Amino acid sequence: MGRLKKKFRLSFVALPYTVYALIFILAPMVLIVVYSLCYQQGGGWELTLKYFEKFFDLSNPMYLRSLWDSVWIAALSTIVCLILGYPMAYILSKMRPSVRGMVSFLFVLPMWMNFLLRTFAWMTLLENTGVINTLLGHIGVGPVQFMYTKGAIVFGNVYNFLPFMILPIYNTIVKLDGMYLEAAGDLGANFSATFRRVIFPLSLPGVVSGVTMTFVPAVTTFIVSRLLGGKNALIGDLIEREFATGNWGFGSAMSVIIMVMILLMMGVMGRYEKEQSASGGLLM
Amino acid sequence: MKKLVCLVLCAVLLCGLVSACSSGSKPTLKVYNWGDYIDEAVLDMFEEEYGVEVVYDTYDTNEAMYTNLVSKGDAAGYDVVIPSDYMISKMINEGMLAKIDVSAMENYSLIEDRFKNLGYDPNNEYSVPYMWGTLGILYNTTLVDGPVESWSVLFDENYSGRLFMMDSVRDSIGVALDYLGYSMNSTNDAELAEAEALLKEQKPLVLDYTGDEVKDKMIGGEAALAVVYAGDAITCINENSDLKFAVPVEGSNLFFDAMCVLETSENKELAEQFIDFMCRTDIAEMNRAYINYSSPQTEVVDALPDEIKNDGVQYPASEQIADSEVFVDLGEYVEVYNEIWNRIIFG
Repeated sequence: MGRLKKKFRLSFVALPYTVYALIFILAPMVLIVVYSLCYQQGGGWELTLKYFEKFFDLSNPMYLRSLWDSVWIAALSTIVCLILGYPMAYILSKMRPSVRGMVSFLFVLPMWMNFLLRTFAWMTLLENTGVINTLLGHIGVGPVQFMYTKGAIVFGNVYNFLPFMILPIYNTIVKLDGMYLEAAGDLGANFSATFRRVIFPLSLPGVVSGVTMTFVPAVTTFIVSRLLGGKNALIGDLIEREFATGNWGFGSAMSVIIMVMILLMMGVMGRYEKEQSASGGLLM
Repeated sequence: MKKLVCLVLCAVLLCGLVSACSSGSKPTLKVYNWGDYIDEAVLDMFEEEYGVEVVYDTYDTNEAMYTNLVSKGDAAGYDVVIPSDYMISKMINEGMLAKIDVSAMENYSLIEDRFKNLGYDPNNEYSVPYMWGTLGILYNTTLVDGPVESWSVLFDENYSGRLFMMDSVRDSIGVALDYLGYSMNSTNDAELAEAEALLKEQKPLVLDYTGDEVKDKMIGGEAALAVVYAGDAITCINENSDLKFAVPVEGSNLFFDAMCVLETSENKELAEQFIDFMCRTDIAEMNRAYINYSSPQTEVVDALPDEIKNDGVQYPASEQIADSEVFVDLGEYVEVYNEIWNRIIFG
C-alpha cells in the first residue's frame, strides 16, 4: 500500500513533464508523421506514399544525394570532433581540479553566445577578404577559398559541436576508478596497453553519447550550411525550404526519413555500447 | 483539417502572446514587409502620431510571404503587406486583398501618375505604389575586366567562384530566360528547359544563392558580380565606391512594390491611414533615403539632387527600361518554375 502511494506521488510529480512531453514533443511528431502520409485534395485527405516515393525516386536522386552529402559531412565532422575532443577530454581529466574547472569553463564559455552569432563570426574569419585570408595574404599565400565549400560546413560543425563531444567523454574518464589503472600497472601494462585495454573501453559510453550529440545536430543542421556552405545545401536546408514554401507534406516526409535514420543509428550504437560494457566487465 | 490542426496549434502557442497584447488598450497594426526595406524610425513616428502600436515582421521573397499568409490563414493577423506586382495580381485573384479607398488618402495624389493603374491592379483598387526599380548586375570594378553590359558575364567561366546569384525563383530563372532571348514570363516548357540547363551549367561558377546578405558580401569585396535590385545596388555603392551597377542590354525586370491591405485585416481603417502616412512627403523621403529604392512620390523625386536623378540607376530614363519586362502572375504554371528552381539549388 505504501509503495503504491509512493508510486502515485512520484507519477504526480512527473505530471507537468508528462503533459509537456505530450504537447510539445509527442504531438508535433505525430503531426509530422500524419502530414508525411497525407495528401490534401480538394476538401478531403487521402493516405499516400507519394512523398516517400518522390524522395527515393532513383530517376531523380537529388534528395538522396543531398541526404548522402549531409550524412558524410556530419560523419566527417564527428570524426574530427572525436580526434580533437578525446585527447582534450583525457588531458582535462588529468588536470588538477582547480585548473580543470577553469579550462572546462573556457570550453563552455563560447556557448554562452548565440549559436547563430558564433557561426556568423566564422564567416568574417573565412571570407576571401576575411581575417585568415588577410593574414595569409601578408605572407604571400592565397587567397584560399574557404567559404562556400563543404569544408567550411565541417569547420563550422566542429567548432559548434566540439564541446558536446568533450564533455561526455571527460565525464566518463573523470569518474573512472583509479584502482583499475593501478591494477593494470601492477599487472605490467604500460601506458599504451592501459589506455587501449582499460581506459578507452571504459570511456566508450562517453564516446557514444559524444558521437550522438555531435552527429545528430550536424546531420540536421541548416544554419551552418546556409551561412558557410554557400550553394552546398544539405538535407536540413531542403526540409526548411519545403516548409517555407508551404510543402508541408514533403518536408514532413523528409523529417520522418531523417528521424528513422537517426533512430536506427542510435539503436545500433546503443547495442554496441551494451556489448562493450558487458565484455568490458568480463575482461575485468 | 489542416487548417483546424494549424489553428489549434497556433492558438496554443499564441495564447500567452495574445493575452499579453489584448490587455493593452492601444490598437495594433501588423505590418509585413520585405527584409531591410523600410526605415524603421518611420514606424516609431507612426506609433507616436497615431497613438497605436506597430508590430513589424519581414520576409525574404514574395513566395515566402505568400506561403506564410496562406498556411497561417487568419491567424497571421497581418494588416498591411508590400508584395511586388505579379504577387499582387495573384493575391487579388485569390481574394486575399481588401479594396482600399484611395480617395480618402490625402497623399495619394502625390504618387506619380505613371505608377498608377498598372497591369497588376488596373483600377488601383487594391494597392498604393511603395517603391520601384530594376534588376541588374552589381559588379566590383577592381575585380572585373572591362565594362559589364550583358547577362553573359554571369555565365562566363572567367568569373568562376566569384559571383552570387539571387535565391529567388522568378528573378533567377527570369535572368536565364532573358539572356536566352525569351520572355521573363515564359510558360513554354521548351524555353524553361533551356533556362534550367543554362542555370545548371552555371552552378559550378556560383558561390552562393543569396538574399539580403549579398549586400554585406559585395561591400566587403567578397565577389566580383552579383544579381541584385537597383536599390540594394545603391546602398552597396554608397559604402564601397569600387562597385557599379548595370542594367543589361538584353533588358531586365522592372518591378513595382505596392502597399496592400489584407482581406483578413481587422484594422482596415488604420491600415489605410498607415499607407497614407507612408506617402507623406517627409516620411517617403526619409524612407527613400534609407533604403535607396526608387520612389514613385513626385515631391520626393523633385527634391532629389541631380546626381541621383541622373545616375541612370535609381531613376532610369524611359529608353533605358524600354526592353524591361514586368513579371506577371503565372497562375498554376509557377509550379514548373518552383520545381526547376529546387532542382537547380539542390540538384
